[in-house]
Amino acid sequence: MTDQLETAQHPERLQRVVIEPLTRVEGHGKVTLLLDDDNHIKQARLHIVEFRGFEKFIQGRPYWELPVLVQRLCGICPVSHHLVAAKATDMLIGATQLTPAAEKIRRLMHFGQTLQSHALHFFHLCSPDLLFGFDDAVRHRNIVGVIEDHPEIAKQGVMLRKYGQEVIRVTAGKRVHGTGAIPGGVNKSISTDEREYLRKDIDQVIAWSQAAVELIKRIFSEQFDYHMAFATIDSNMMSMIRADGAFDIYHGGLRAKDPNGQTIFDHVDYNSYEQYLLEGVKSWSYMKFPFIRSLGSENGWYRVGPLARVNNCDFFTTPLAEQARKDFMDVGQDRPVQSTLAYHWARLIELLHCAEAIKDLLFDDDLLSDDLLVKGDMQARGIGVLEAPRGTLFHHYEINEDGLVEKANLIVSTTNNNQAMNESIRQVANHYLDGKQLTEPLLNQVEVAIRAYDPCLSCATHALGKMPLEVNLLNSEGELLDRLQKRADGAVGIPADRENRG
Amino acid sequence: MTDEPQARPILVFAYGNPSRGDDALGPAMYELIEAQQQKAGLLNNVSLLTDFQLQIEHATDLQHRQRVIFIDASLTASPPYEFHPVLPEQDLSYTTHAMSPAAVLSVYQQINRQPPPSAYMLSIRGYEFGLGKPLSGRARSHLQAAFEFLMEGHVLNHEWLVEAWPSRS
Repeated sequence: MTDQLETAQHPERLQRVVIEPLTRVEGHGKVTLLLDDDNHIKQARLHIVEFRGFEKFIQGRPYWELPVLVQRLCGICPVSHHLVAAKATDMLIGATQLTPAAEKIRRLMHFGQTLQSHALHFFHLCSPDLLFGFDDAVRHRNIVGVIEDHPEIAKQGVMLRKYGQEVIRVTAGKRVHGTGAIPGGVNKSISTDEREYLRKDIDQVIAWSQAAVELIKRIFSEQFDYHMAFATIDSNMMSMIRADGAFDIYHGGLRAKDPNGQTIFDHVDYNSYEQYLLEGVKSWSYMKFPFIRSLGSENGWYRVGPLARVNNCDFFTTPLAEQARKDFMDVGQDRPVQSTLAYHWARLIELLHCAEAIKDLLFDDDLLSDDLLVKGDMQARGIGVLEAPRGTLFHHYEINEDGLVEKANLIVSTTNNNQAMNESIRQVANHYLDGKQLTEPLLNQVEVAIRAYDPCLSCATHALGKMPLEVNLLNSEGELLDRLQKRADGAVGIPADRENRG
Repeated sequence: MTDEPQARPILVFAYGNPSRGDDALGPAMYELIEAQQQKAGLLNNVSLLTDFQLQIEHATDLQHRQRVIFIDASLTASPPYEFHPVLPEQDLSYTTHAMSPAAVLSVYQQINRQPPPSAYMLSIRGYEFGLGKPLSGRARSHLQAAFEFLMEGHVLNHEWLVEAWPSRS
């Protein structure tokens, strides 16, 4: 176990190394490592350095604005927030059962979002690590390096992203800031021309997705033991599940399993999530630490996202993804696959499923129907849950008589993975960094562990010049010994100022 | 999926999060230019795009363009704005999911095996980027100055040479 690395004894006597901000991770996070004079790791933490204030942003707004408003919480998965807010506002207006057209159009949008998100993560953010190795030269270890050495793979990544974005555009009405999902349904159906347009490329998209699954299997098999061991932790896993146990990222009950695959709870109505989950707080992080109430904070933390979803489901409804799932589960040998790097593999199985599911929907005539909206009796409380690309996403709203939001609670996917990410970096610190002179490739291993979760630590603020990487080295007296800075343009050097941000 | 042979020759890609304080400078410029197009019927040669941030697939939006102008908020630009040519560069803008304009141009070059259109970066100085915050007063002033530069300098209307537009701030 690595949990003894969460809080060191006498931290004031230790060297501090800061990785800030994390690269190829959305948002403002940093990792701090405390080392003794022999470079032994004594403390490792992932911090979220920005208070996001999501709930305050939402309070006081009229409920009907929420599906559009919440897209601005995150530039990476705005569609997930759009759809989950729509689900919550369905409840507020008493729309308990959407029309077939509305639900299928929302599902199509969600598959498009998940496909493009997974494609970006694998082809852009993580394939450089996996294809070139974690200690590859830093200037080579990025998407440009992938394009140079593997031009077809890189191009497929771009085109998969583009296809997913086109699905979103068609279903949401716009490329960004879409308005497709509204309380009680959707505001437009799909035209036959739009359907034909998306049908044209779907077989190619499926083929590329299938090739991506084969690629990750090959990468894993080439260094199987290493990939199974790197940053690996035993954890509970939680995800949404369809009533018959099928993989479902849009709607279902909550299922949690322990590290051995035994059921903790199953088919839980997500409206009662507060009875099953609690959110812990730690003094050193703005991000909460959710856990399963019945197991307590020490043993009840869990993982969400592709790894949890593929491990937890009983089957996929599409044939290619189902075969890929069986291949994946075989490596677990009757246990859930706990390898952190297996997130990448599971993510690509989901990519393949999304491609297949999009094709199925594009041959379903319900998409063309104009029966798009339902209404019911207004309710004061609305909860929406879905499986966003990074994991289970909760939106909980309570409104007053004027329809204004009085209370909002959001548990975003990355928050669900908070403790697990911390555990993974401690495992890496313990096994790969302890006692060694720290170098950029070694520090990158910490980031590789975090990137496997595809965390979204903040929201779409990206202004030029805002995201350098800084590494500070302090001695046991807290004095700055050395400092390196990598600017957003990739230049590495000693920063002009000597401000200590560690 | 991506080919638009009838695409307008100039693409203005103004990006940022409208609800993130001065990060809204890009989308605000988008709205100003769009209003100009609708009000005066001008700028018919200009396509407008916006997004939260640049991603790899935006390389496909550059196809069939003669010129691209990226517009973004900047924490480092000299106020009120800077305007520079951008060349394809294999930089390391892999900090988070957002790419630099140079890297997007580079992706275009790599996947199309041809040079990208000529490109420019209009960086407008911003200061505050908090969620739910409005544009700051200084940023609003810089936005107006940058808009006037685009309009009065005829950047969007006239043919111009790369050499004619040195770094300006």
